[in-house]
Amino acid sequence: MAITTEHIREKLTQELAAVHVDVEDTSPNRCAASYKVLIVSPQFEGKPLLQRHRMVNTCLAEELKEIHAFEQKTLTPEQWEKQKSQ
Amino acid sequence: MCTAGRCLRSGSAAFFLSKPVDSRVRLASARLLCSASSDIQKDLGEMVKKDKVVVFMKGTPAQPMCGFSNAVVQILRMHGVDHYGAYNVLEDQDLRQGVKDFSNWPTIPQVYFNGEFVGGCDILLQMHQNGDLVEELKKLGITSALLEAEKESK
Repeated sequence: MAITTEHIREKLTQELAAVHVDVEDTSPNRCAASYKVLIVSPQFEGKPLLQRHRMVNTCLAEELKEIHAFEQKTLTPEQWEKQKSQ
Repeated sequence: MCTAGRCLRSGSAAFFLSKPVDSRVRLASARLLCSASSDIQKDLGEMVKKDKVVVFMKGTPAQPMCGFSNAVVQILRMHGVDHYGAYNVLEDQDLRQGVKDFSNWPTIPQVYFNGEFVGGCDILLQMHQNGDLVEELKKLGITSALLEAEKESK
């Protein structure tokens, strides 16, 4: 399985009903496959941070076996709008 | 020297060499027999409860070996938390994989408060930024240094 930013973006969009996904390949900064993602999804509503991150981890369970470093930011559509306006 | 004898368990004839067994070698082979991974899981259960704040990281608080682990150390330091259980996963491959299985979390660093998994660097950073970290530390009986600083400036 080739892990690409597209693959990650599609998987997150599909499985988490994400309305916005940013995937950044941060591998050049590190010694191995690394990604930084921003996911905006209504499914995160009412869920504490840890639960949101676990949802993402579960979605990308196969990929994470091969990814060395992974940063994630999980927002609800409301939080995302608020952040954009700041 | 080779001696013939009966295998005690199966009763079948067996040849075995008698030679002095180095005690270190015996320990090593015993470790291979018992599952190293279940030992680690048991140890981890105790390790996360030994201190109020426990961090599994790459390197040590004095010398972090990874940017994310360093971020965790710096955030805790900002809040005046300088004494906590810190375990360097780079020293022990069993620990490195074991803690990922234990927490069901794919990356290092990993932070525990009162034996409960909090998250990694991202989560700790967000908690720090939105004020939750100060609250969580208070529940542990730790007054954040940032609160002290705030009080003094008023």
